[in-house]
Amino acid sequence: MLISLRQISRVYHMEEVEVPALQSVSADIDAGEFVAIMGHSGSGKSTLLNLLGCLDRPDSGTYILNGEEVSRLSSDELALIRNQKIGFVFQNFNLLPRTSAQENVELPLYYGPRITGTERRERARSLLVRLGLKDRLGHHPGQLSGGQQQRVAIARALVNQPPLILADEPTGNLDSRSADDIMALFQELNKEGITIVMVTHEADIARFAQRVIQMKDGQIV
Amino acid sequence: MTGIITLRIAMRALVRNKTRSLLTALGIIIGIAAVIAVVAVGQGASVTMRNQINSMGNNLVMIFPGSQKTGGFHGGGGTQQTLTAEDGDAILLECPFVAAVTPMVRSGVQCVYKENNWGTSVQGVNVQYQEVRNWDLARGSFLTDADVRSASRVCVIGETVSQQLFQGGDPLGQTIRIRNMPFRVLGVMIPKGSAAWGQDQDDTIIAPWTTVRRVLYNSAFNNVNQLMISLISMDNLEQAKREISGILRQRHRLNLGADDDFTITDMTEVTKMVTQVSTMMTLLLTVIASISLVVGGIGIMNIMLVAVSERTREIGLRLAVGARRRDILMQFLVEAVVLSGAGGIIGIGLGISAANILAKTNHWPVMISASSVLIALTFSAGVGIFFGFYPAWRAARLNPIESLRRE
Repeated sequence: MLISLRQISRVYHMEEVEVPALQSVSADIDAGEFVAIMGHSGSGKSTLLNLLGCLDRPDSGTYILNGEEVSRLSSDELALIRNQKIGFVFQNFNLLPRTSAQENVELPLYYGPRITGTERRERARSLLVRLGLKDRLGHHPGQLSGGQQQRVAIARALVNQPPLILADEPTGNLDSRSADDIMALFQELNKEGITIVMVTHEADIARFAQRVIQMKDGQIV
Repeated sequence: MTGIITLRIAMRALVRNKTRSLLTALGIIIGIAAVIAVVAVGQGASVTMRNQINSMGNNLVMIFPGSQKTGGFHGGGGTQQTLTAEDGDAILLECPFVAAVTPMVRSGVQCVYKENNWGTSVQGVNVQYQEVRNWDLARGSFLTDADVRSASRVCVIGETVSQQLFQGGDPLGQTIRIRNMPFRVLGVMIPKGSAAWGQDQDDTIIAPWTTVRRVLYNSAFNNVNQLMISLISMDNLEQAKREISGILRQRHRLNLGADDDFTITDMTEVTKMVTQVSTMMTLLLTVIASISLVVGGIGIMNIMLVAVSERTREIGLRLAVGARRRDILMQFLVEAVVLSGAGGIIGIGLGISAANILAKTNHWPVMISASSVLIALTFSAGVGIFFGFYPAWRAARLNPIESLRRE
């Protein structure tokens, strides 16, 4: 079991009004699964993804990631988990502007265990080559198509060889062909044993996953 | 994350906004440059003044005759005729702190060599004059004891007099006329430059005091205008002055309670004043520098806040891929310090150039001290840390989820 959520609750406090975003959510995700989380906006799927990604902490409940209880860890410890165990893929790619693809992929390596510059560059380069961006190493995000930018972002997510990839609407800003490419890439990575949890509201995209978790009003239905 | 990488990231962020970085650093650049230049000029002036004071002589103490008081009539300083060359001999003999003493008889004269003539002053002294004034000869030889004893008509001339009378010719062995009396030129002193109050010290003729007193003025008395004393060390100045005063009072047979008929002066007052002026100037400069650095620092703080807000998404991303809050803090802090530090370095370079240009064009003596450069550098880096901390802290406090969502 890679992910185990037990009775997770998260309440947002907005100007004296309490908005329950997650209500006593429990779920398990096995290592090697490809899971899609679906639901309308406001259903709590993004909150769930943020919790899974250790960007946020639950108000109550326990979250065990890879055998480690992470819901009560310090922010520095969570940073290390994000660095080592989780790769993020975003809807808007979130690449650093005016920075080469190569350097964008290298970014997480700066915050992990110390490695040499040569090793860092080689790891980023080989990943980009593997994802078919051999000729785009020095290109800035502005010089790349949407699909290429998302590939760079996926390379960045993979560079520390995490067991888990979290994707937030990864195809939301892509045309349907690029979207299919990215989904094919996810399936390929999943076959290699990487667990993928993806938030989407598109049924077309969700069908690439093995399992769909439907959310509504902060609960899994 | 290592320091070098943090530094490199900071550099890249600053180079990315070249114009903005330069304009931001300009406050620091101008402040530091101004301070470096003005301190260089100030220190140059202070050192020059000190040198001028030292050029008057070695650990100099001067004795002047006091004022005469006869009945209700009170003359000015120097009207007493009591100070003599023998007083000087006695001081040298009896006071262990004294290294050398020369009497001084001064007079304005017109001197002539062939068709050239020049108005200057003649100083009547003894052989110890050179030691007292710490003044070497450029050429020739100085007066001898025999010259002083026999009141020979010989003299040594300063560079200005040599230029005016001989116009580049060799004065050694030539005869010049002072008050229509022939004087043989024994030597020329090396140029000493102007004194602290601007008087040209090289515009002078040095002759045996006996010659000036007896031959030029046909006087039978041994009273002198001044005694110049060189102490072995300035450390026992007060004790030496007390002893000299005792010797003179005894020799002049002054009763207990009677006023001194002489005045003892030394250069400590002047030195103290110079020190005071330079200390005050330094203080003033420090205040001006602090103000300009604060203004520059506020500029840095402002632009760093803008940078944090512009790069909110970058911060969110860095947090998401594993940056700790202190990594973000360091990143922006280092950026601010690099900005102000670079401003400081450029400012130092600019200040040194400005000082050198002032030195070249205005012939001002400038002195750039390593300490002022070091202080400037430390201060500019300190400004970066102080004014960069708040923006960096704000950056480190950002919520990664909200930051990532920011457009």
